[in-house]
Amino acid sequence: MTQRYSALSLLRHGINRHTTWAPAWRSPPLKDSYDVIVIGAGGHGLATAYYLAKEHGLTNVAVLERGWLGGGNIARNTITIRSNYMRDASIPFYVKSVALYEAMTRELNFNMMHSKRSMIDVIQNYPMMRDRRRRQHIMDIYGSTYEQISEVEVRRRIPALTGGGPDARLPVVGGYVHTDAAINRHDAVAWGYARAIDSMGGEIHQQTPVTQLLRGADGRIEGVDTPRGVIRAPKVAVAVSGHTTTLTETVGLKLPLRTMNLTAFVSEPVKPLVDVIVNCPDAGFYLSQSDKGSLVIGGAPDPGQSFRRDIKQTVFEDTVSAMLSLFPSFKKLKFLRQWGGHLDIAHDASPIQDETDVPGLFVTAGWWGGYKAIPAGGLTLAHLVATGRPHPLMESFTINRFRHLDYVMETGTTTAR
Amino acid sequence: MMQIPCPFCGPRNESEFSFGGPVKPPRPDPLTVSDEDWTAWLTQVPNPLGPVQEQWWHVRGCGTWLSIWRDTRTHEIVEAPDDGR
Repeated sequence: MTQRYSALSLLRHGINRHTTWAPAWRSPPLKDSYDVIVIGAGGHGLATAYYLAKEHGLTNVAVLERGWLGGGNIARNTITIRSNYMRDASIPFYVKSVALYEAMTRELNFNMMHSKRSMIDVIQNYPMMRDRRRRQHIMDIYGSTYEQISEVEVRRRIPALTGGGPDARLPVVGGYVHTDAAINRHDAVAWGYARAIDSMGGEIHQQTPVTQLLRGADGRIEGVDTPRGVIRAPKVAVAVSGHTTTLTETVGLKLPLRTMNLTAFVSEPVKPLVDVIVNCPDAGFYLSQSDKGSLVIGGAPDPGQSFRRDIKQTVFEDTVSAMLSLFPSFKKLKFLRQWGGHLDIAHDASPIQDETDVPGLFVTAGWWGGYKAIPAGGLTLAHLVATGRPHPLMESFTINRFRHLDYVMETGTTTAR
Repeated sequence: MMQIPCPFCGPRNESEFSFGGPVKPPRPDPLTVSDEDWTAWLTQVPNPLGPVQEQWWHVRGCGTWLSIWRDTRTHEIVEAPDDGR
């Protein structure tokens, strides 16, 4: 039984100089077969294993991770949690995901440092204002929040926003506030899920890359091949972000996915300066300030497909110059580090979560900005894997929608332009 | 910064170019092609750990369109423009 974290347990172990804490999860020996294999111990893979155990009682589950826990895209994002999407199919899913995030600290008994702080879209163009108004009307139906504010109110809420005046090429004309938006702590999401999976009997195997999917003579999925040997399972779920096609091509599957690199960078820590998430769709960047004081800044994806997890000079310069046009005082900031994460984007920019043409093989992919989708994505994939039927929140996001040209065109993704 | 070889201007900085998307095979005739091949042409592009063919526009230069083969792991340009198409 996993030990509960509380003020009392902190005190008790503190008396023993913190030498008596049990490991948060085990490293069990790798078996040669499981009921379900989840490939990828990122956010989506861990959430899937968590809900397989919690909602469906499936605990003979192995999560296989190429690197280390919390070292993939769950550490390569901008921790933005929000539900301001555009399509009827998307919004309820993200509303659910935001609600699950808000309950996560209590549910996993792990401090997510969840900070609900609103996202303000700074609008510099009337067409963009109309686009936001259209989104607001659809979001109102599904219980998400979007509210128009004036330019004066935008500047009152974001005092550091001193650019974009009347003489600017793109003056600020107003804003939209999404009050549900939040940031939290990405490590805690990975560790909290891992601890919960372990306490229910699931296994997490790090340093176990899957080199190939294995298909039986009957065409069904049979298991996976790894440098640690073949592992068999009647059901395999692929949750590997940008490498989805790399894996599915080993059983001859083609998917409408392209792998892109999306980058971000952080400044040196400064005193509290911006207490909301600022999104500037017309200028082409977004930022928030972390609890440590660093500004976390992101921009557009790299042009073209990329498996390189680095930042391009051109993208960095474009993002910084866009930011300085609205926040000229940030010119004095020094930057500490940058990162890139590769993710796959589907033809219509909406996710794909479905059983593939290989029976027993499931994919969850196309998560453009998939951090916000982690809990609901795990909930729905676990439902699909356990019951064989799509979860009601994910019914529209099948592979077959491309065969029927029934796209879910989604431009609610911040930087997919 | 990536240097893209323009057939007219020679190797130029990537910042002079605008990305023009992956090169797709010729559009099949929708009346005669199979449903499977048709939707594949509409929605799928090759996504290899390796070279992809793509178009770039030398918009802040001579204005030509060109296509290159670029390695998605390294950004190395493994094959220069064909004929500036």
